[in-house]
Amino acid sequence: MTDVTSGANMAPKPKTSLLVQDARTKRRNAAEARFRTYGVVAITIAMLALVGLLSSILYNGSSAFRQTFITLDVYLDPAKLDKDGSGDIAKIAKVTTFGYAPLIKKSFEAEFEKSGIGVDGMKSKDAAKMISKEGPAELRRFVLAHPHMIGETVTFEFLASGRIDGYYKGRVTMKSAEIDKNVSPQQLQLADQLKAAGLLETKWNWGFLTRADASENRPEAAGLGVAILGSFYMMIVVLCLALPIGVATSIYLEEFAPRNWITDVIEVNISNLAAVPSIVFGILGLAIFINFAGLPQSAPIVGGLVLTLMTLPTIIIATRASLKAVPPSIRDAALGVGASKMQAVFHHVLPLAAPGILTGTIIGLAQALGETAPLLLIGMVAFVREFPGAPPEGFFDPAAALPVQVYNWTQRADPAFVERASGAIIVLLVFLLCMNAIAILLRRRFERRW
Amino acid sequence: MSFKLTASAVAIVAAASAADARDQLQIKGSSTVLPYATIVAEAFGENFDFPTPVVEGGGSGAGRKAMCEGVGENTIDIANSSSRIKPSDIELCASNGVNEIMEVRFGYDGIVFASDINGPSFAFTPADWFNAIAKEIVVDGKLVANPNAKWSDVNADLAANDILAFIPGTKHGTREVFDKKVLEAGCKATGALDLLIDANGGDKKAGKKACHALRTDGLSVDIDGDYTETLARLDANPQAIGVFGLSFYQNNTDKLIVATMDNVTPSTETVASGEYPVSRPLFFYVKNAHLGVIPGLQEYIEFFVSDDMAGPDGPLAEYGLVSDPELAKTQDMVANGTPMGPMN
Repeated sequence: MTDVTSGANMAPKPKTSLLVQDARTKRRNAAEARFRTYGVVAITIAMLALVGLLSSILYNGSSAFRQTFITLDVYLDPAKLDKDGSGDIAKIAKVTTFGYAPLIKKSFEAEFEKSGIGVDGMKSKDAAKMISKEGPAELRRFVLAHPHMIGETVTFEFLASGRIDGYYKGRVTMKSAEIDKNVSPQQLQLADQLKAAGLLETKWNWGFLTRADASENRPEAAGLGVAILGSFYMMIVVLCLALPIGVATSIYLEEFAPRNWITDVIEVNISNLAAVPSIVFGILGLAIFINFAGLPQSAPIVGGLVLTLMTLPTIIIATRASLKAVPPSIRDAALGVGASKMQAVFHHVLPLAAPGILTGTIIGLAQALGETAPLLLIGMVAFVREFPGAPPEGFFDPAAALPVQVYNWTQRADPAFVERASGAIIVLLVFLLCMNAIAILLRRRFERRW
Repeated sequence: MSFKLTASAVAIVAAASAADARDQLQIKGSSTVLPYATIVAEAFGENFDFPTPVVEGGGSGAGRKAMCEGVGENTIDIANSSSRIKPSDIELCASNGVNEIMEVRFGYDGIVFASDINGPSFAFTPADWFNAIAKEIVVDGKLVANPNAKWSDVNADLAANDILAFIPGTKHGTREVFDKKVLEAGCKATGALDLLIDANGGDKKAGKKACHALRTDGLSVDIDGDYTETLARLDANPQAIGVFGLSFYQNNTDKLIVATMDNVTPSTETVASGEYPVSRPLFFYVKNAHLGVIPGLQEYIEFFVSDDMAGPDGPLAEYGLVSDPELAKTQDMVANGTPMGPMN
């Protein structure tokens, strides 16, 4: 120690600045350091929450995009499907899906005989239960579309039932199958044999994005098709109504309206409207659009109108802010060379404000896309299996929406719906990310051109 | 504001003129009936030339209220209900011009008591439940605030688990059945009913109502969500016992162990035979004025109660419905469109 001190004495070269901080400066610096720590802690907590949320959703939901399929040769028995051999489509249509179920049982029996697989003491009836209940419906649709194929043997790729699918996703085990009423260990053994024979495969499942919702008896067949289309229709309605109305309102208020107490009141109300809880718009929508105007329940048009009301304040506020950001010199220059007020606004101010307006609109739409509460009240939280038609009629057909589908699936009893609800959240998040990315791109690319 | 309202009003008028006649059935009501209704709706859409009906949940009361809103394309056709329609509903219906309602009982539902699969199994009686979660119970011939903390305090034969019960909230139809078939029965069996009637000045009705009062020290928890929430709560508290629908239990037999009631194990068979005491009928109510107007309505209700669907081997029974032994009578009634008579 003494050496060091003496060395320092010999060559007086201070390691730090000569400036001695007084107590007050030290306190201020300490306060700043503390504040920075708080900031880092806050961000860390937020990031951890986000990572936790995303990883749990991805962990639960990514398996929804894969599904187990079983390939079988089915003999379309004329004795069952077309009893008098007339080939009359009206008569063939009389055979319900209950009449198609035995065909699958038969085709299992044939498969057992042909390839020698099978579990001792297991009946073909139990084997047939490994196929989704969607299977007979698919068969029937195929036969009605191709009645001339009756009497032929056709290879089908059926969805495996939810429990068999769960076995390959780790949800069902041999142990849980023993106490599970809906699946037996023999079925799982047979599934393994089928897999070894190449007849059973777990692969990417487009059906999750394209199929309609399904009942609790067949979670494996449930998809997001109707919900995605319904959400898309609603967003079209919101875009077509909220953008023109919102932009027109803002231009008028910002550029033309006289400054008096009426416009002040309107301004305050628009800001207030932005803070109104969304469920209030649902009540309004039920009262005005359904009960008073007589629009149909569960229809995207009503959902779109309700979400329009919700999105308008966001768009108006964003538009006004971007109109305000255009420098007054642009207006003055336009007016100075003889443009009318309207020409100045539409030829010069509006194009310059457009990126900001679009960004605000897309953020408003993204907000509307994820909204559930108002849709609860207008009948969108329903089991809808029919795809809505093409617009404009399709706007009036019943449809679901993405966030509503998540809500619906979390309430179902079958555990297979848990993974599908998380899968639906992933799809919703991807859409939201895309919309926000577009908003950021637009802002980067076009903002500040002067 | 006014500008916006005018603009949206214009949009509505334009929209309304484009709307055409409804061709899909609209159904709303009980969340207990919802899975059955969706299974039928799905099969109906597959096998008939009509589009798949739209089925909404929301609760029995909400469904009946929506049905009673009036007649016309803008109102629903069928209300699903896990409890019988109330005279007040019928009055509301009548005041809105909904006069003929068809009451269709399509089966029964059991209510089961289940706990985590890794825990001990229980054999309850209604009296056990009353003594475990009622506000006041009988000790030495007197009503006292419930002192029990463990199931073994209630009944020495039960496991020494802490009492923690997740029961359906008051907005559920299931709670009504629980109150009536479990709490009232237990109240009577333990002798608390007589004491409560005396305490209410001999008023029998008030005495029965007092049986429904539950302890408020947190050992009995109302669940206002659905059974998935109850299941999640059981996951977090493996000691607890939850109240479920029979069908929900049957879809989760790998997670839950079911308790017997009066030594009867709940199953579709014991509920159908009436041995298992805690069960209730399930209904749907049809607005007769829509029969023949909304395409597919008659076909849907006939399909619902057909042997293929609601019979003992049908897909509804497979999901957990207890088939109605008098289904044939219901089928006749539905075929003739017989409206329900005055309530007794």
